[in-house]
Amino acid sequence: MTSILLAIVIGAAFGAVLDRIGATNPNWIGGMLTLRRLHLMKTILLAIGTGSILMFGGQMLGLVDVGHMSVKAAYIGVFIGGLLLGAGWAASGYCPGTGVCAAASGRKDALFFIAGGLFGAAAYMATYPAWKASGLLDDLAGGKVTLGSVPGASYDGLMALSGDLLGIAIGAVFVLVAFVLPDSLVGGGRRTAEIPAE
Amino acid sequence: MVLNWKTGGLLLGLVFFAAVLLVKPIGVSTQFVILDGIVADAVSPDFISRTEDGYTSTNAYMAKSDGKYAKSAANPLNYSFIFVLAMAAGAFLSARLRGGIDAEERAAPAIWRANYGDTPMMRYAVAFLGGFIVLYGARLAGGCTSGHMMSGMMQTALSGYIFAAGAFAAAIPTAMLMYKRG
Repeated sequence: MTSILLAIVIGAAFGAVLDRIGATNPNWIGGMLTLRRLHLMKTILLAIGTGSILMFGGQMLGLVDVGHMSVKAAYIGVFIGGLLLGAGWAASGYCPGTGVCAAASGRKDALFFIAGGLFGAAAYMATYPAWKASGLLDDLAGGKVTLGSVPGASYDGLMALSGDLLGIAIGAVFVLVAFVLPDSLVGGGRRTAEIPAE
Repeated sequence: MVLNWKTGGLLLGLVFFAAVLLVKPIGVSTQFVILDGIVADAVSPDFISRTEDGYTSTNAYMAKSDGKYAKSAANPLNYSFIFVLAMAAGAFLSARLRGGIDAEERAAPAIWRANYGDTPMMRYAVAFLGGFIVLYGARLAGGCTSGHMMSGMMQTALSGYIFAAGAFAAAIPTAMLMYKRG
């Protein structure tokens, strides 16, 4: 029951924050992916950096259970799947989490995104044996690995470096990039004013 | 109405940290499979079945990893599925509290109308196709923007970096081609 309560609290907080940072708004996703308005990119980079520093710092201090980490396997299909997701993300302006949140916030087009998503997931369920047989799902570089070796974790490190310190260092780089990234990388960034936030 | 990136980034980072501190890293796309499983099992009750020590399915993907997806679909009141429902509720409340979204924007976002005019039907078709590709890709990759990109890179997972490289390599040119205005 505790886990259900946590699901409700953390889930609701996640949905509310996604709504407030503009991640559920295709105008903001489009601005980011066309490199015209990088505000959301800065938000995301800062979030990854913050999460990383807190998690690895907490693990070093013994405040965060290393067993809570969950590292996904690396394989060629991760890159191919990433390409597909990226194309669909850019076209629709939604990814799985933000699409659900956008629909909940009243966007009708996001309902179509969810419907398409349910069919897409079903299509993958039907074609999974072919991917499995192709070898494209076979582990790459050890599969479930982190860049450094995290003490106490059940995952191997790609490098013999301390995974904790490396995690904090990489987290700091994410934060730094968030700060130095300009608001726009291509012309047209100043058009923000013409587009209402909602 | 959108938060300053420093406040927003900090809050989002805190949510990702709270998840890994209290339970496990955030992920969403698996729940599309779980909902498909729930529907499939309702339509054809043989889809998911009990075994001596768990669950299995007539679908190889549902049955993989000792039937962990089959188990979740048979018991929807589990952490990850409730998490996604709560996420929707949180977004709903947050949007309501800031005054909601106007009718024109609800049908098709401004960036769509700036490039393709007032064509909501075409927008719905693109959103549907986009959703199809996004979830097909997410399941092939084993995660989505939340699970791979955010949670993955936060944990310094190699897979998270591979995923992010693929996602942005396709997303940036696609967005630049499709949305020249707005």
